[in-house]
Amino acid sequence: MNPGPALPEVPEPDGTTVLGASDVARALTRIAHEIVERSRGVDDLVLLGIPTRGVTLARRLAERLAQIDPAFDADACTGELDVTMYRDDLRRQPTRAVGITRLPAVGIEDKTVVLVDDVLFSGRTIRAALDALGDLGRPRAVRLACLVDRGHREVPIRPDFVGKNLPTAQSERVRVRLAEVDDVADAVVIAGRDGSTDVRSTR
Amino acid sequence: MRHLLSTADLSKDEAVGLLDTAAQMAATQSREIKKLPTLRGRTVVNLFFEDSTRTRISFETAAKRLSADVINFSAKGSSVSKGESLKDTALTLHAMGADAVVVRHWASGAPYQLAHAGWLDAAVLNAGDGTHMHPTQALLDAYTMRRHLAGRAGGLAAPADDGVGADLAGLRIAIVGDVLHSRVARANVALLHTLGAEVTLVAPPTLVPVGVEAWPCRTSYDLDATLADWRPDAVMMLRVQRERMSGGAGAFFPSPLEYTRYYGLDARRLAQLADHAIVMHPGPMNRGLEISAEAADSDKAVIVEQVANGIAVRMAALYLLMAGDRSAEGNDL
Amino acid sequence: MSTDLTMGTITYVLRGVRPLGGDAVDVVLADGVVAEVAEAGSATAEGATVIEAADHVLLPGLVDLHTHLREPGREDAETVASGTRAAAVGGFTAVHAMANTSPVADTAGVVEQVHRLGQQAGWADVHPVGAVTVGLDGVRLAELGAMADSAARVRVFSDDGKCVHDPILMRRALEYVKAFDGVVAQHAQEPRLTEGAQMNEGVVSAQVGLAGWPAVAEEAIIARDVLLAEHVGSRLHVCHLSTAGSVEIIRWAKSRGIDVTAEVTPHHLILTDDLARTYDPTYKVNPPLRTAADVEAVRQGLADGTIDIVATDHAPHTREDKDCEWGAAAFGMTGLETALSVVQQTMVDTGRLTWSDVARVLSTAPARIGRIEATQGRPIAVGEPANLTLVDPTATRTIDGAAQATSSGNTPFRGHELPGQVVATFLRGRATVLDGAPVAPVDGVVSAP
Repeated sequence: MNPGPALPEVPEPDGTTVLGASDVARALTRIAHEIVERSRGVDDLVLLGIPTRGVTLARRLAERLAQIDPAFDADACTGELDVTMYRDDLRRQPTRAVGITRLPAVGIEDKTVVLVDDVLFSGRTIRAALDALGDLGRPRAVRLACLVDRGHREVPIRPDFVGKNLPTAQSERVRVRLAEVDDVADAVVIAGRDGSTDVRSTR
Repeated sequence: MRHLLSTADLSKDEAVGLLDTAAQMAATQSREIKKLPTLRGRTVVNLFFEDSTRTRISFETAAKRLSADVINFSAKGSSVSKGESLKDTALTLHAMGADAVVVRHWASGAPYQLAHAGWLDAAVLNAGDGTHMHPTQALLDAYTMRRHLAGRAGGLAAPADDGVGADLAGLRIAIVGDVLHSRVARANVALLHTLGAEVTLVAPPTLVPVGVEAWPCRTSYDLDATLADWRPDAVMMLRVQRERMSGGAGAFFPSPLEYTRYYGLDARRLAQLADHAIVMHPGPMNRGLEISAEAADSDKAVIVEQVANGIAVRMAALYLLMAGDRSAEGNDL
Repeated sequence: MSTDLTMGTITYVLRGVRPLGGDAVDVVLADGVVAEVAEAGSATAEGATVIEAADHVLLPGLVDLHTHLREPGREDAETVASGTRAAAVGGFTAVHAMANTSPVADTAGVVEQVHRLGQQAGWADVHPVGAVTVGLDGVRLAELGAMADSAARVRVFSDDGKCVHDPILMRRALEYVKAFDGVVAQHAQEPRLTEGAQMNEGVVSAQVGLAGWPAVAEEAIIARDVLLAEHVGSRLHVCHLSTAGSVEIIRWAKSRGIDVTAEVTPHHLILTDDLARTYDPTYKVNPPLRTAADVEAVRQGLADGTIDIVATDHAPHTREDKDCEWGAAAFGMTGLETALSVVQQTMVDTGRLTWSDVARVLSTAPARIGRIEATQGRPIAVGEPANLTLVDPTATRTIDGAAQATSSGNTPFRGHELPGQVVATFLRGRATVLDGAPVAPVDGVVSAP
């Protein structure tokens, strides 16, 4: 989610790849282990991916959880949560298409819900997700997993599981590419980094 | 999307997108908490120059489910001769800061004038104008057809996923009754054509408009032949005004009885329909005139579901017209 | 520049004008008449106002057989003064004021009032049209003879706005006006076929959902009326004919020798029912705008003489009567100030009429039908009354309703660029328009520019 002015839509051949396919895979595996560790097992654990790439990441995490503990039913415990209708920036942009919300078959009531997104930035998307979740039921706990945390938070939201902390400038763009969605090898790319931009490290 | 004035203005992608949005809206309506915060702080005015409790309630429900504030403005007292009232009303609503105006009007074209005369800058949703258009009715009809019939052309299995993403290609829809005075028929013919369905209008010749030959559909005077030979996937019965059946020399049909005999959907005609076919009616029905109780209450009838789908479709329309940055988009929908 | 107060006129030299579009000459106007027609560049007159008008076309003053001046009753839309000023700006020197005022012009008193208001205004001759029936109700004949004998000398009778639909009443009217060489000008509209009608019935009405006004409702009345006129040996004038079928019927009637004349409006020569798609009530008019095929048919009819005249059906309406829903709006559009330009664009610039033909359809023929040919629609010749219109056909102008002389803004040509500009209009030698602008008459004397 980029709260600043819309950047021109340009291909990013000049972007810097900061995570390759194997890095992404390792990060997800580590997150999966951390989730199990933190939750003391997979009981009552469900994953909710935030479209578009969060859904793919949630599926991959679910597969890893099932590998760690076969008691975890990846299909029944994974869903997707569209937050479009809860966003606070709808009026600032052209109308967004409403996505699909599909709760896990086991539901979310009294579960530990892990929200999964690709890039954590301002935190507003997660704020919207928490509102959406509140209208859908009452989980016992909600946690947040993201592949990349690039900083620049605008609301008091903090991830529980992070694949990679990535210092960025506000003006830069972080893109996550996933094979299932983008038909290219998994990668995390930073674009818009140029001489005039003061790149400061944030963490 | 700036306004929703006519289904003839919708491209296929826009129409499918609106139906898909409606599907997501419908999904939220099975939840315990049906209300979404999406249009919080925005104001929808229901401006009704003609009574229609059903349509008004449907729009009001849709707007409230999206957390918009709703103001009901009944301007029915404004008579035909007091034409200035449309302009004055528009200026009033503009001054009140309406973000969207849902307008029902006896005069064909009044919503178009509201949208284009420069009197107000709110989004205008046509909730039925004269004998011209009723776009949300056609959209809810298409939504209902898609749920039941998408991909059914040629007798395939019922659609998965309520047909999300699909058009109505190849479906055959019979629209039966008073086409001449029907904004529902006009709205449906345009939309169904855009979505790839085939339409046959079935009506006595007196109730078919001069100029219908330019519409993208077929016309028949024979309901029995249409049902038997054309095998429609859906039959949409239009409401018939009894007074049009018996107005002396100017009546459009000799008697209600004769109308029912030739154009009513009764048990015998119902039995002719294919197993998968559905029976639709925009309501309110004249039971025993254009549709018999057997047909209206049969399991082919989706008339009650049409009402429920109307809320989802209207939520979708309000969302698409009101949620985004309106200055960014120029075109009418 | 001099003002001859005794004669009430200034002497004008129109230099290099082309009468009826012919060869350039100088025309001298003095003492209310055409004083001299001389070789171009040769005419001089002591103290005369010289108007350099090379390549301008000189026409006999235009005559409108069909004008709504709204007074008495709707002075908020137009008055005799404002309407005739608009007429002058449009090049007209005489107008026939329709009877559908309030009170209706169905008595000698009302027609004399309108006639007198026209004289007082001084912009153009006003010839009141008398109502055929009392109150335009279509029930009882008005006192046609009294109106004919009045100071207004009414010769044209019409219930325009409404049709004299009762066949026996129409027969009586046609017969009765023979006594004073009058004519019934019929608004041909079968009322039962047009109940609630809003626009032409056809492809467009079916799409936009406005109640249709079928061509047959016009044609059926015209067919009946020409047969009635033939039967009783009277003359008939058909107002604002608008359909291809009507042209055919008139053509047939004339071929049988029936004494019928027909008019077409400028708007029916150029606009089509497609404009109803805008739902802009400016385009709501009666009879309604028709299809492109009808437009072509009326142009053809005008070109071949089936249609005798162009008449404006100038119908001013207040903003509140037009700034509303189509279904609630009044029928009618203004036309006096655009008529000649529309005729030029559709008929002259397309080669279908010469300027001589324009003089016929906009001046001599309507003057003859209205029986005012002794004073209007005269040849441009020495000794003839100086009722003249000077046109610059090479000019173009963009129409602005608010800038027009008429009190009402309901011109359908708002924003359109039209060819031709009336440069000057002369009423019995007095300029009512100079340099395209109205010149206010003062006590019957035109103030000099």
